[in-house]
Amino acid sequence: MGERIHSSPPAPEAPQKARATRDAYGEALLELGKKRPDVVVLDADLSGSTKTGKFAKAFPDRFFNVGISEQDLIGTASGLSLAGKLPFASTFAVFETGRAWEQIRQTVCYSRLNVKLVATHSGITVGEDGASHQATEDVALMRVLPHMTVIVPADARETKQVIHAIADYEGPVYVRLGRANVPIVMPEEYAFQIGKAYTFHLGRHATIIAMGVMVSAALEAAALLRADGVDVGVVNMSTVKPLDGETLLRASSHSGLLVTAEEHSVIGGLGGAVSEFLSQHNPIRVLRVGIKDTFGCSGSPAELLRLYGLTAENLVQTIREAIA
Amino acid sequence: MNADELREKARRLRIEILTMLACAGSGHTGGSLSAADIVAVLYFHILRHDPSNPKWRERDRFILSKGHAAPVLYAALAMTGYFDRQILNTLRKIGSPLQGHPCSCALPGVEISTGSLGQGLSIANGIALGIKMDGLPSRVYCLLGDGEIQEGQVWEAAMTAAHYRLDNLCAIIDNNGLQIDGHCCDVMHIEPIVKKWEAFGWHVIDCDGHDVVALVGAFREAASVKGKPTMIVARTVKGKGVSFFEGKVEYHGIAPTQAELNAALEELRA
Repeated sequence: MGERIHSSPPAPEAPQKARATRDAYGEALLELGKKRPDVVVLDADLSGSTKTGKFAKAFPDRFFNVGISEQDLIGTASGLSLAGKLPFASTFAVFETGRAWEQIRQTVCYSRLNVKLVATHSGITVGEDGASHQATEDVALMRVLPHMTVIVPADARETKQVIHAIADYEGPVYVRLGRANVPIVMPEEYAFQIGKAYTFHLGRHATIIAMGVMVSAALEAAALLRADGVDVGVVNMSTVKPLDGETLLRASSHSGLLVTAEEHSVIGGLGGAVSEFLSQHNPIRVLRVGIKDTFGCSGSPAELLRLYGLTAENLVQTIREAIA
Repeated sequence: MNADELREKARRLRIEILTMLACAGSGHTGGSLSAADIVAVLYFHILRHDPSNPKWRERDRFILSKGHAAPVLYAALAMTGYFDRQILNTLRKIGSPLQGHPCSCALPGVEISTGSLGQGLSIANGIALGIKMDGLPSRVYCLLGDGEIQEGQVWEAAMTAAHYRLDNLCAIIDNNGLQIDGHCCDVMHIEPIVKKWEAFGWHVIDCDGHDVVALVGAFREAASVKGKPTMIVARTVKGKGVSFFEGKVEYHGIAPTQAELNAALEELRA
């Protein structure tokens, strides 16, 4: 996939080569594998697509393909964790969080196992495969589980850091990665921490709280609005659970309006999490930009992002209308 | 431990099971009693474990995939010294480490939380894989219900265990022939069990699940098999040991009343 998701260039200083977060995952696993002999990787017949295949090639004795059986994938990973290993279990997001949800609930979360669930092919940017393969509910499904940590990196740079960070963290983690190339948006000096959002800027008129591929769109929207004298900030809320309440309080007291942006259903995902928090702690107006309680469909990632309103242009329009 | 001693342990397990269930006022009687001889043989004769050090690295592992039989596991853990047997009276009560279904975060000695059927064998596979990677001598035992093998995940795990040649894994089916809604053969046919597991690449031992000598022999045979996992199909009677519970579907998920407990204990002590 050579194409970029967004039609116009992103805001940050020096636009860098777009890369898929799944590619960064494959590389991070290789690095981890060299560093930590306890790391094992499991896949359910999608190792070429999830990029765990690189680890499989380098460390064949520490890679387990369970075939097309996601429930068994979670159980086997859980057992390896009980035997003292650090398992990373990967497949597509819709199968990992959907098909095996109850296994994740009962075995991984209820027993608080140190299992890392890293799913790729999340959201509609899966593209042509259509709705059956596009997870637009996975963050909601994982966020509702006790003991679970949920992380949605914005780009390949952040993804690498996330994979290393969760290896050092004890407990269940879900990481949501994508298939399509996304621009590098996080600054070089950025250091990811679980539960800490990254604030690019807080806007006087509005701040966009974004996750995943929407961080890039949010930065683009903020740049477009800034050119018109509208001060719009951007926060990368890559840890959706535990939510960074401190940053949300700061953003909500600084900006008159918050807009959440996610490549996920507007129900139960980032918009849901932010609304839940602010309704209790600082009830200001929150607009949720995301997929509106509907399924995806086939198309190119760029076409789909436009179709579902997950673009800088739609964010600009949403904010303009809200502050008019 | 000799056969008579194991039979005595199984009898004691049944007494503890019924007593704690009557005290709790709810829980699964039939499937706990049917598994008592299997669990007695494992905990008092086969398993290498250390109740004073539940996380001993080289221990054998026991996964109760049919988590609703929690009382038989709790009784075995108490009788082997994992915790004070007085705690058995707290079963299913608020604040108790003895949850309605086993919870590994609440009770040392429980390897993994179970209760949602069909998941234990995958977990056992993962442990067996990890143990093999570390070159440890430990073995993994996983007890399933016969109704439980209607769960699709069991067959995913069946393939995985055979594919990875997990000869350090021994699963047991407590084949008591009954499930909540009735006889397995009426609810959803599971036979031919032996042929199914053989077809999936397992070494299968068909065995009387109440004959402690046969069970010991089956576990020894399983330990000698190389290159494939073993399934012991333990033919059992639901409610075994108490005449008026035996073979009764309705005692799958209800606890004995005080009167039933008294009559049952009388039989077991006779």
